[in-house]
Amino acid sequence: MKCKDFLKELNEYLDGNIDVQLKTELEEHLQWCHNCFVVCNTTRKTIEIYRDNEVYPLPDPIRDKLHQAIVGKCKQKRQQTT
Amino acid sequence: MFAGEGLALQPINSTALRAIERLIFQAIQGRSLNLVNEDCVLAFKITDSILASSTSMNSLEARIVEPQTEELALVEAARQGDVGAFEQLIKRYDRNVFRIAQHITQNREDAEDVVQDAFIKAFQNLNQFQGNSKFYTWLVRIAVNEALMKLRRRKTSKTVSIDEDVETEEGSMPREVADWGPNPEQLYGQSELGDILQKTIQGLPQSFRTVFVLRDIEGLSTEETAEMLNLSVPAVKSRLLRARLQLRERLNRYFQKGKRDGAKPQ
Repeated sequence: MKCKDFLKELNEYLDGNIDVQLKTELEEHLQWCHNCFVVCNTTRKTIEIYRDNEVYPLPDPIRDKLHQAIVGKCKQKRQQTT
Repeated sequence: MFAGEGLALQPINSTALRAIERLIFQAIQGRSLNLVNEDCVLAFKITDSILASSTSMNSLEARIVEPQTEELALVEAARQGDVGAFEQLIKRYDRNVFRIAQHITQNREDAEDVVQDAFIKAFQNLNQFQGNSKFYTWLVRIAVNEALMKLRRRKTSKTVSIDEDVETEEGSMPREVADWGPNPEQLYGQSELGDILQKTIQGLPQSFRTVFVLRDIEGLSTEETAEMLNLSVPAVKSRLLRARLQLRERLNRYFQKGKRDGAKPQ
């Protein structure tokens, strides 16, 4: 297996959507190819970091303001339809 | 099942909480759990920590015990005009909708507008929600459409980001390979890390960024993402791979092994 072939399957490997035979081939490649090993691990870590850290938190004051606005408009719409 | 694994207890921090909340969220949504070994270890440790912490348990318990049927009951009540029930759904998903909108529009005011518009549109169109998809997926579809419309209006009215990469066929070949330490995010404080992650993902082309957010941050399936964005499944897979590899490469400059405070990039 070449690095290019490994990269093509990287998503499926990281997501675990892969059959046993292909997984074995990919892991064999990882045993001798340091570059792919590093790319694989750091890509996995990239996903984890983005999942585990909130990049755009919604502050409570803005959240409250949005809730009030949405609920107010929903009540208006409901009245219009009844 | 996890007792006696010999894992040391550790205090719950925000990163750990988000990891376990994500797992619980996926479970509640009935999605297949996207577990990696690190998640499992973290989950084991956190489970122990949670059992020792009654306050954390209370906040998490509420999320664990809410079954899918309760959500359907809320949707049904809202459909009958119960705004209070709909408010419960808003509280459940507003952060997700805001995050998706902010990632797509890259503009705080636009993102707030999208949150409002998406929820109001959802409330008005609850009759069209068939119940054969999950309410969350249906809501995200509305939010993504609203956000993309905002983006189109803004772009046609004026600017296109000059920071965006140009999509090329070579976009998925890594150019720089450098290993990271075991906990690279600990090189930075929470606020600085937030800035790095934000700056890094903002530099991705919008089409890659949206796929990454829906698949990897929001946990939607490839098929759901494809349907939402009117893309083929292979197109979603290709964009996701490029997004992941480009983000990895951009984060290299901050997280590579041996990186010290004095050598942080500007």
